[in-house]
Amino acid sequence: MLEVKNLHVEVEGKQILNGIDLNVKPGEMHAIMGLNGSGKSTLSNAITGRENYSVTKGDIIYKNESIVEMEPNERALAGIFMSFQYPTVIPGVNNTYFLRAAVNAKRKYNKQKEYDAANFLKFVKSKLKEVEMDSKYLKRAVNEGFSGGEKKRNEMLQLLCLEPELAIMDETDSGLDIDALKIISKGINNYKNKNRSFLVITHYQRLLKYIEPDVVHVLIDGKIIKSGGKELALELEEKGYSWLES
Amino acid sequence: MNESKNAVIDQRVKEDYKYGFITDIESDTLAPGISEKTIHYISGKKKEPSWLLDWRLKAYRKWLKMEEPNWQNVNYKNIDYQDISYFSAPKKNELKSLDELDPELLKTYNKLGIPLNEQKMMNGIAVDAVFDSVSVATTFREELKSHGVIFCSFSEAAIDYPKIVQKYLGSVIPHTDNYFACLNSAVFTDGSFVFIPKGIKCPMELSTYFRINEAKTGQFERTLIIAEEGSSVSYLEGCTAPMRDENQLHAAVVELVALDNATIKYSTVQNWYPGNPETGEGGIYNFVTKRGLCSGKNSRISWTQVETGSAVTWKYPSCILKGDNSVGEFYSVALTNNLQQADTGTKMIHIGKNTKSTIISKGISAGKGQQTYRGEVKIMKSADNARNFSQCDSILIGDRCGAHTFPYIDVRNQSATMEHEASTSKIGEDQLFYCNQRGIDTEDAVSMIVNGFCKEVFNELPMEFAMEATKLMEVSLEGSVG
Repeated sequence: MLEVKNLHVEVEGKQILNGIDLNVKPGEMHAIMGLNGSGKSTLSNAITGRENYSVTKGDIIYKNESIVEMEPNERALAGIFMSFQYPTVIPGVNNTYFLRAAVNAKRKYNKQKEYDAANFLKFVKSKLKEVEMDSKYLKRAVNEGFSGGEKKRNEMLQLLCLEPELAIMDETDSGLDIDALKIISKGINNYKNKNRSFLVITHYQRLLKYIEPDVVHVLIDGKIIKSGGKELALELEEKGYSWLES
Repeated sequence: MNESKNAVIDQRVKEDYKYGFITDIESDTLAPGISEKTIHYISGKKKEPSWLLDWRLKAYRKWLKMEEPNWQNVNYKNIDYQDISYFSAPKKNELKSLDELDPELLKTYNKLGIPLNEQKMMNGIAVDAVFDSVSVATTFREELKSHGVIFCSFSEAAIDYPKIVQKYLGSVIPHTDNYFACLNSAVFTDGSFVFIPKGIKCPMELSTYFRINEAKTGQFERTLIIAEEGSSVSYLEGCTAPMRDENQLHAAVVELVALDNATIKYSTVQNWYPGNPETGEGGIYNFVTKRGLCSGKNSRISWTQVETGSAVTWKYPSCILKGDNSVGEFYSVALTNNLQQADTGTKMIHIGKNTKSTIISKGISAGKGQQTYRGEVKIMKSADNARNFSQCDSILIGDRCGAHTFPYIDVRNQSATMEHEASTSKIGEDQLFYCNQRGIDTEDAVSMIVNGFCKEVFNELPMEFAMEATKLMEVSLEGSVG
């Protein structure tokens, strides 16, 4: 599904990632753990193709093709989704309208018939239940006046509507209360299947109580210094990151 | 924004202006030049009463002594007033009914999306079509007349309703008001006249579509709307012009008068030819004076404008709030792309007690567009408990455009309440990336974000036009970001 090879990334002239290797197979869930500033978010931004995150060396292969030269929206249409750490507010743009534009862009790309407003509303309402969101959020502007938990649930709603094959969850657990955390975890667990992969980026192992990664990687100073099974997360919780640093 | 993005911008701004075609029609066009003879000619062509000719001549003599203002924050080539033709009209223009309208003209308006055939018309909208210097058709006149509403060309009004015209012409914008209003007073050709009698709620939307067709012709229209006690009307104007290499001057005057408890809602969707996107050659100079007088108690005048066209736009639709409890509103979206320039805003003059004004201005600059918001709020001594709320937001797309804000506030009564909010932001890289990450391409993302930004203003437009404005915005923004 996703192969990251010796990835070096620079942001505004500053080297952040120093040779990352990752191999996420279909149906796998990988967790990337690390402290602030270790390069976790740079990795997700590089995979999704954000401006100013330049790949200076190495490659990112998605479904057997290099995506380094692809535009961000092309990567999204190809099935890569990122749940943002800080979802952006878009004033005046109706949440349903936004979501429909996104879903229809994808349907058009897949040569499927686009949804009209009425059919889309039916479709999105069926997804709302899964993230336990009230339909009033559909009428608001995108993320405007949403609490931290509501924003993350809105991200999850978008994920469920867009049906990506690779979902990157960037610090999804930050700013979440325990109920929202449970809802999101349930959403992830229900969504995951043998064809869908997850890359979960997190600072704490809080989220990992509710979801089970197949592989855990520890990122320090732009390099993966240790990889292992779920137990590695527990070890980190106990001993802290300093245990690995020296 | 990086170089490659700018390159994409450059490539995409070559998109054609959709309304740039020229109608091949035989016209009577006066040779360029302005003198008292020109004014006699125009007035004679329109068979005007002598008082109106005198009024024009008075304005012309005043204009000769005035100087063209230069305080505005726009640059344009000097205008040679002797090189402009002040009158142009399609030859076959003496109509008894709409059926006699020249097929070329019908075709022109069809192409612009404005069928002049009443059966095909959009429901509930009456149209006055002004082509160069004359009104060529006005629809639904009979139906409106049955309600006592007068909707006709200004030229007809001067002959058929001379008393009303004489009473109100120049009552809000005197012929001496400013350089361009003065010029307009001397040489104005046509425009719309609306009179809503006491207690009547105008049963349909009224609209005027202005089209400049002839080369080297200026358009100097004059619109006068009077709403008597307790009446109300919603009026909309739309404007387009062919693509031509030379600049053309459009210097209009619009006067509104609202008596006690009357409401006038005036909306503009301005899409004059903006000039060549690369060289800036050609395009309309849109130098317009618009002012409404809330003369009666509880009267209300509301200006809504969507300005996407013209090479240079320079206008400040204003309200004089003379009647107690009167309300003035200004909702504006102005977009400058490529080499367009705009210096626009409003003036709210509070004279009566408990008068209230609201200003919402949304400026969008893209390409190398330069935009200025200029607004004045004046609270006179007599205006007890006056209130104003102003909000001026600008959004910048790319890094080669500019936004400027000049608010003037003059308060002479201590009981006034003033609120002013202003913001300037670059279209967010984070917003664009968020849309991109959901599979929405940058062009669509920009129009979505900009339309969201303008929503408060679009909500003020009549329904059909709100949709038109949204579409217009998308077309005008095409290629603004790579």
